[in-house]
Amino acid sequence: MTMTKSPIITPQAAIRVRGLSKFFGPIDEGAIARTGPEFGTARDPLSGSIVAAWDVNFDVAAGEALGIVGESGSGKSTVLRCIAGDQPSSAGSVHLMCHDEGRTNVLDLSPAARRKLRIDQLSVVYQDPAEGLSLGVTAGGNIADPLTAAGWRNFEAIRVRARDLLDRTEVPLDRMDDIVRNFSGGMRQRVQIARALANNPPIVLLDEPTTGLDASIASGVLDLIRGLLEELDLAVVVVSHDFGVIEMLTQRCIVMQHGRVVEDALTDQLLEDPQHPYSQKLVTAARS
Amino acid sequence: MSSTVDEIAGPPQSVPFALLDEESKREIRRALLQAVCIPGFQVPFGSREMPVARGWGSGGLQISLAIVGVNDTIKVIDQGDDEGVNAVNLRRLITSSTGIEETSETDEATIVQSRHRIPEDAMTSDHILVLQVPVPEPLRGIERNMKELERMHAEGDYSKMWVSLYEDKVRNGVITQTTGYPCLVAQRYVMATTPIPRWDIPRLHQAEFLTLFGAGREKRVYAIPPFTDVEPLTFEDVPFEVEASNGAKCRLCGSEETFLVETPGSESRWSCSDTAWCRRKRTK
Repeated sequence: MTMTKSPIITPQAAIRVRGLSKFFGPIDEGAIARTGPEFGTARDPLSGSIVAAWDVNFDVAAGEALGIVGESGSGKSTVLRCIAGDQPSSAGSVHLMCHDEGRTNVLDLSPAARRKLRIDQLSVVYQDPAEGLSLGVTAGGNIADPLTAAGWRNFEAIRVRARDLLDRTEVPLDRMDDIVRNFSGGMRQRVQIARALANNPPIVLLDEPTTGLDASIASGVLDLIRGLLEELDLAVVVVSHDFGVIEMLTQRCIVMQHGRVVEDALTDQLLEDPQHPYSQKLVTAARS
Repeated sequence: MSSTVDEIAGPPQSVPFALLDEESKREIRRALLQAVCIPGFQVPFGSREMPVARGWGSGGLQISLAIVGVNDTIKVIDQGDDEGVNAVNLRRLITSSTGIEETSETDEATIVQSRHRIPEDAMTSDHILVLQVPVPEPLRGIERNMKELERMHAEGDYSKMWVSLYEDKVRNGVITQTTGYPCLVAQRYVMATTPIPRWDIPRLHQAEFLTLFGAGREKRVYAIPPFTDVEPLTFEDVPFEVEASNGAKCRLCGSEETFLVETPGSESRWSCSDTAWCRRKRTK
């Protein structure tokens, strides 16, 4: 596909995703044709294979947040995990401006090289803090992890950086040396965000960051995330089934159903005037 | 003078030189060669059943038996003591199956097998130090998943080890780990220096002698070749410190500059851990 050696990514796009697909089981053209929103399933009735995501395309610029909405099983988290490297993808390309000026498809990198990206290029905040944190380690220790991975070897400097981050994410500093297992859900999520920002990554992926928190706590965490997005010029992808989250954090979003993107729109537009019947259903459900 | 034991044992059978059969010794030596080539890397080997229980130095014993030759002289210490029961047993096993000389003087020995200490006397390229290791995996207490451990070593991803040092310092104000302090070997692998005390760690750095580590129960050998960098993992602003005995002296020889061990009692009494060194100092 790349005919020239010039960067295939424009300076505006921090993340460029093209044709990203993920299958479980053997897939042929027939399986693609027999699945999707028209058929009401991501599972091919003949082979039993699953088309978890097919031909997902989007760009995200620095300072921009893109939302991925859809119900459970629509493939939105799969897309995020394929970009993060938590899951191998089946096809497509992901180019990151921060890696080799966007010339390399990071999906082709070795697992080790992809893990390296996670140190200071790309962070993920998971719905379940246990996935992004070591619960038996202190809040400060959880931040020391990415810092030491990036080569920090000065104890005091690590303490100062951890303190700054926890302060920024509104974790009481007297809890810095407590293990995260003893924290409330909202506080754990704040620690996870602090850890994700430790090495100033240009890209942050948020997977249902406030799902599972009660409403008042969730709104506090959302306010925090929004403040950070405005301040830090990050390129962000937010996966959520909750339009409240998408509305608050993102400028653009894509709607996924049964592994396919059914709509791609400005967030305001989507909420005012959804085009696809599934989007209309989602928006109506969220507004009622 | 025939005893019951002799009658049960039957006529004497020929025991191979150094107890192990030649193929077994070759297998251990091949593992050791690989270990020397990749300093600090744990090499699996086919740990044999030995006439000592696993956990009693069977790994070190197998290394000594695999490398010993007719012209070698062996010194075996346990916690610095040549007369420890286990040291005596292992030394007897080695000398009786090889006919080689034994000694308690480091400079007379060519192979020094040890648990928990490096002899106080300087060793040279004429020596090989064999250490008995209970837990060869430095990340054991940090990560349980074997696949993940392999990955961490392969990628040199030791951030979890650093986090554990950070946590230790935060909780206790100092880094409390004493024996088995983790070290980075030749800028590549983190290695457990178990079971020697911190006191002996600086003596491994750029040492003239070859050190071989054997873990019989865990079926691993690893090595530090001569003149290899061995750096204890420590934060820049938290200097690595060896054990301090706060001005204590050996009650026997009066030494202050050796590694001292405390005898518990109503009044604490300190003495040299290296008994051969201490004795020589007193007789001079």
